[in-house]
Amino acid sequence: MRPDGRSELQSLYFSYPQFAPPDRGRNFAAETPVAIIGAGPVGLTAALTLASFGVPSVILEKKSTFNDGSRAICVSRSSFHILDRLGVAEPFLEKALGWTKGRSLYRGRQILEFDMLHDAHEKFMPMYNIQQQYIELYLYEAARASGLIDIRWHSDVTSVTPSGAHVEIGVSDPNGDYTLKAGWALAADGARSAVRSMRGHRLKGENFEGRYVIVDVRMEHDYPTIRRALFDPASNPGGTILIHRQPENIWRIDYQLDPDESAESALAEATVRSKIAAILDEIGHRGAWELEWWSVYAANTLLLDDYRDGRIFFIGDSAHIVPIFGVRGLNNGVADGENIGWKLAKVINGEAGERLLDSYTPERRGATLDVFANAVKSTRFMTPPTHGFAMMRDAALSLALTEPFAAAFANPRQMAPFTYAESPITEEDDRAFDGGPRPGSVAPNARLEDGSNFCDFYARGFTLVWFGPAGGLEETIAQMAALDRDFRAIVINSDQKIAGAQSLADPRNLIASRFGAKPGDAFLIRPDQHLAGRWRGAPVEAPLSALTQILAP
Amino acid sequence: MEFADLEIFYERLAKAIDRAGEAKAALFLSKLALLLAREAENPQKPLEAIEAALKDLE
Repeated sequence: MRPDGRSELQSLYFSYPQFAPPDRGRNFAAETPVAIIGAGPVGLTAALTLASFGVPSVILEKKSTFNDGSRAICVSRSSFHILDRLGVAEPFLEKALGWTKGRSLYRGRQILEFDMLHDAHEKFMPMYNIQQQYIELYLYEAARASGLIDIRWHSDVTSVTPSGAHVEIGVSDPNGDYTLKAGWALAADGARSAVRSMRGHRLKGENFEGRYVIVDVRMEHDYPTIRRALFDPASNPGGTILIHRQPENIWRIDYQLDPDESAESALAEATVRSKIAAILDEIGHRGAWELEWWSVYAANTLLLDDYRDGRIFFIGDSAHIVPIFGVRGLNNGVADGENIGWKLAKVINGEAGERLLDSYTPERRGATLDVFANAVKSTRFMTPPTHGFAMMRDAALSLALTEPFAAAFANPRQMAPFTYAESPITEEDDRAFDGGPRPGSVAPNARLEDGSNFCDFYARGFTLVWFGPAGGLEETIAQMAALDRDFRAIVINSDQKIAGAQSLADPRNLIASRFGAKPGDAFLIRPDQHLAGRWRGAPVEAPLSALTQILAP
Repeated sequence: MEFADLEIFYERLAKAIDRAGEAKAALFLSKLALLLAREAENPQKPLEAIEAALKDLE
């Protein structure tokens, strides 16, 4: 919602473009390999991933412009790596505010300052704040520049019907109705997904009691980009407040609603104004401020039993709704988009069998369940559901003032990317390793001596990282390159030149120590940078046989 | 005790307070404190815990 007199798209800092309905001078019903329903961050990420493998797609978006409010604001390191792999990280890095720290206060006194995992080997900060409209704008610009993505605004999907090896999608736009034939469909149409209801699927899980009002305020406020959590503050007694800095002098303030207050009265402009005035007074802001946008939010942990329905895949909020406290809504959805994107591209390009797609649900649904496990703890702390949880929360906060151990309960558990340990395409671990990244986890980055990043050497497809000596590897490399046209082999510290492989010297063992690797070890890295498998003293055929199985018809 | 174990205790205790009911929560927690105090190897520790828990009650 916006202040009286301003329409939903009249922002203080963002100019919304108005996109025209699709032009009828083309063959609209021409078949597309992939139709994507929804031009939000998740749908655009999937389209850009497909395009990075040369696969075209059509995006159908009901609205005529970007999201009306800023909604998602926290973009994690793992999402920045996804943007980076798509070649679009640059505008995000220019606009977004990176951060590493959070502070928790109880009744005005600081009980915890936490630092998220960060070290000199990371290419990106653990978290960045940036408004959702910018995320959509930058992804949209990249999609338009790719030449492979046809974005149709004003396009309402009215039916989704599987038909043999296709999906027929009924589309309605201001110029009439038509049927789009697609090889595959990705439902990226959000929490209230129309595709999900048309297909008769339901999200299952829990709704939590606590509600928050989320408000964006513009002000010149002198405080670093540090997440603040205020428990039981004078301006919201018994409740919680979260404060985040965003670009353009916009500040996100989330405050918990009194359980007895109705959403209507809580969302009235006068109520929001007086609440914000009290909060700003408490945090010592004396200058002017303007209301930008506000909304109400309740915590849910809901997901589909299966993210796949034949040739239709659910990605992002259409498949799962997570509480905001773990900042995993957008980040989890963007990872869905990349995951299904590379797998579909390999199938469509004829390099992989359709069995590869069976790994999408276990990997991404597994990631959501992992988010739930942590988010439920955070949610119970932020908005205790019962008298017992409220007593324990108050006890932990009160103790934390003098006993530092108790402050750990107030840590928001903003978590690391999920490890696909149980995935059908993750190799069993080689027990000879006693450290380093396990199969299914995200392969580490290493900052090399010249300041470059090891992750920048990874291929768009699969990457074989082999720690020398590498004698006899040429034949394996040639066969792997024949299976995956986007493949690359990187040989570290080999004294001989290996045909078909990129050679890298690692004299100070910077890469080896990040991978926990010894000479003769091999690592197979997937297009999404998750580790498919690792082998100690690897037989030359081990990574080839793993890749053959992953892509098997 | 590791923090992960402490988290399990936190959650179990929250649910137990709900089972005891608001009116009997203080009785339940007092019984629990006595049982835990009996397990302490150093008798000084439960007495220190009483003082620590008395802080910041307002």
